[in-house]
Amino acid sequence: MNTYLYAFLFCGFVCMISELILDNTKLTPGHVTSLFVVIGAFLDIFGIYDKIVLYAGAGAIIPITSFGHLLIHGAMDATQNSGIIGIALGIFNLTSAGISTAVIMAFLLAVFFKPKH
Amino acid sequence: MQDKYNKIVMKHTPKENVIKNALMTFIYGGLFGAVSELLLEGYMLWFSLSRKDAGVIVIITLIIISSILTALGIFDVCVSKLRSALIIPITGFAHSMTSAALEYRKEGLVLGIGANIFKLAGSVILYGIVATYLFGILRLIIMGG
Repeated sequence: MNTYLYAFLFCGFVCMISELILDNTKLTPGHVTSLFVVIGAFLDIFGIYDKIVLYAGAGAIIPITSFGHLLIHGAMDATQNSGIIGIALGIFNLTSAGISTAVIMAFLLAVFFKPKH
Repeated sequence: MQDKYNKIVMKHTPKENVIKNALMTFIYGGLFGAVSELLLEGYMLWFSLSRKDAGVIVIITLIIISSILTALGIFDVCVSKLRSALIIPITGFAHSMTSAALEYRKEGLVLGIGANIFKLAGSVILYGIVATYLFGILRLIIMGG
C-alpha cells in the first residue's frame, strides 16, 4: 500500500517542480523535459533513481526522468558482457519499447487521421 | 517614461496563481502516478509478469492512449488544463511525436512526417544519449555497472 503513497508523492513532486519552472521562467516544456531526462540519468550515477523506483514503483517509471534511468540501465546491463562498448550497444535496450511504440502510433495516426484544427 | 510604462504593463499582466497551479499539478500528477501503479500491479496479476516487464507494458499503454487522444484533439484540451501533470509523464513524449506527425502530414510522408516526427521529442532523445554516455561512464567507474 505504501507504494501507492510514494508513487503519488514522487510523481506529484516531479510534476510540481516542472510546473514551478514553467510558471516562473521563460523555459518551454521542451526545455523542462530535456532537463528532466538529464536529471534522471544523473541520479543514476550513484544508483539513487534505482532506490526511488524500488519505493515509488510506477510513480517513478512514468515521469520522463525514468527515460534517462532506463537509458543508463540498458547501457549498464550490456557492459556486464561487453565492457565499455556495451554503453553503445545497449543504450536503447530498455527504452526501445517506448520509442518504437510512440513512433508507430504517431505514424499510423498521422497517415490515417485527418488532423483536427 | 519607459519605467512608468513597464510598471503599468507589470500591473496589468495577468498573474497566474503560481502556488495554486503548483499544488493542483502536484495532486493531478500524483494521482496519475498512483493510478499507473494500480495499472502496473493489475498487469502483474493478470498476465503474471515481473515488475520490470509490467512497467514496460504500462509505458506502452500510456503512449497508445495519449497518441490516440492527441489525434482526436482531446489531449490538447487536457494539457491546457493539467499542464505539467501530462507533459512530464511519458504521455508528453508521445503527444509531442503524434502532434508533430499530424501537423506536418500535409507536407508529405518523407519531408513532412519523416523529417518532423522527432522535431520536439528529438531533444529528449539527444540529451538522454549525451547524458547516458557521460554519466554511464561515470557509473561504470564508480559502481562497476
